[in-house]
Amino acid sequence: MSREDLLQKTILLCATVGSGTLVVGIFLLMLHLGWPLLISGQFFSLLLQEWRPADNLYGIYPMLLGSTVISLLALLIGLPISLGTAFATTVVAPPWLRSASLALIRYMAGIPTVVYGFVAVFFLVPFMREQITGGSGLNILSAALVLAILIAPTMVIFFVNGLSGVAKTYSLAVDALGGTPVQKLLYLLLPQAWPALTAGTVMGLGRAMGDTLISLMVAGNSIAVPGAVTDSARTLTAHIALVIAADFAGMEFMSIFSCGIVLYLFTVLFVSVIRLTSKTRND
Amino acid sequence: MRNFFATLTVLCAIMISGAAVHAADLDAFTGQSGTLKIAGGTAHIPVMKDAAQAIMEMNSEIRITIAGGGSGVGIKQAGEGLIDIGNSGREATSQELETYGLTMIRWAIDGVSVVVNPKNSVQALSSVQLRDIFAGRLTNWQEVGGEDRPINLYTRDEASGTRNVFWTKAIGKEAIDTKANVVVSNGAMKTAVANDPYAIGYVSVGHIDETVAAVTLDGVTPSIATVKSGDYKVARGLFSLTKGEPQGLAKLFIDYLLSPSGQAIVAAKGFIPVK
Repeated sequence: MSREDLLQKTILLCATVGSGTLVVGIFLLMLHLGWPLLISGQFFSLLLQEWRPADNLYGIYPMLLGSTVISLLALLIGLPISLGTAFATTVVAPPWLRSASLALIRYMAGIPTVVYGFVAVFFLVPFMREQITGGSGLNILSAALVLAILIAPTMVIFFVNGLSGVAKTYSLAVDALGGTPVQKLLYLLLPQAWPALTAGTVMGLGRAMGDTLISLMVAGNSIAVPGAVTDSARTLTAHIALVIAADFAGMEFMSIFSCGIVLYLFTVLFVSVIRLTSKTRND
Repeated sequence: MRNFFATLTVLCAIMISGAAVHAADLDAFTGQSGTLKIAGGTAHIPVMKDAAQAIMEMNSEIRITIAGGGSGVGIKQAGEGLIDIGNSGREATSQELETYGLTMIRWAIDGVSVVVNPKNSVQALSSVQLRDIFAGRLTNWQEVGGEDRPINLYTRDEASGTRNVFWTKAIGKEAIDTKANVVVSNGAMKTAVANDPYAIGYVSVGHIDETVAAVTLDGVTPSIATVKSGDYKVARGLFSLTKGEPQGLAKLFIDYLLSPSGQAIVAAKGFIPVK
């Protein structure tokens, strides 16, 4: 191996190990900062309690529920839209429409989150308030709708790549057998492109779960345990953003490390579940 | 940890603050040098940052660090001599003043006003009605003479000084309905209330403009004038405390806050000057 090769390999290896270590390192840091909570046994009670600092309750149960419901609902809305868009773009659309819609989707993926947030606050929220949910319009449904739009471009890009990767000969064979486009999607493209579809879904869910600004601006941030999608709710990420201004020595501030740990573990859990189920599907 | 945040705050102060240099009031700092440590109430920070910026720009031999921590921390650390100036958004109790031998200086007043959307026909409430609304006992505007629409509550996070003064002085520490929406700042509160015709919230008096309507409470309209005269009760002083009489840089800094340039910063940050 030449010296140049060795150098290149070392640089690439360093980059890989570096980013991998960073992910683990962040987790360890959060574990370290949240350690006093963990050893005092308060950590698990925090997961089930409500957040009422005036009564010395620093639980994050409402936020846990808020994060889960908002991100899953966003995925539920975003996934069919993205899958449909990807399928229409790759299979049904004529070439000019295909490139135009792809360009649009790539552009959408680059729009800053705060822009979606602003549009939602000034258009979606009043619409929700007056026409659909009543109340203030700041609720789980509004946040999930905006997040669905936010995560759709990422998912569409993954799906399009996956669907375009399916061998042309298979596609022609389905056409030759007289298969309809829907049959082609269900029996050829979806099973063949499964790994890319999984990856896209994981990315989408991760973005929905990790997004802070949209839920902070649109979900309402109430500390009550949400009972319906029309209720105002607070996500873990928004909670961290809201509480970080509190007294550094106080229990309020300590409790946000538990939010961080939980958020990290939840993301890992969701991703693993999707990865595992997709593996069984592939075998 | 606290040191880290203090350093961060100062770095932010240096980067964010605009230059507001009024040379004459800064003359006292000529030839001075040393470090001045300030911590405590977070409501004070915007004014502190601008004042520190102006002083440090004029004389680079002076280093001023500003940290948060809350009013309790400000009083305690000033008393124990850990910092030179402790900030507090509430008056220190006579016990605290005696135990530590503290001197308390008020350099601004912060009033908190209840606000509703300008379209709302209800623009006057009694304190009993206000308490019932925020506790979640009155849930429809009709019950206080308005439209037949649910009341949308907006509040601030627990770390907010504005929330603290509202909670203590406007609604008598009644627990705020957990279903209330929570916004992150006075600015966000104004936007939320300006956009929601059925909203009720509260902001620092300095933030009120034509996009929101200030609610008359028990017959008193909150304004800079009524807060100054003491007729509007939902207000508090912004205080700085020193152990013993202020001396050296701490004295110069507090004198600067009370000077015309210092009071101009106070007014620019939405508080009411005391001079």
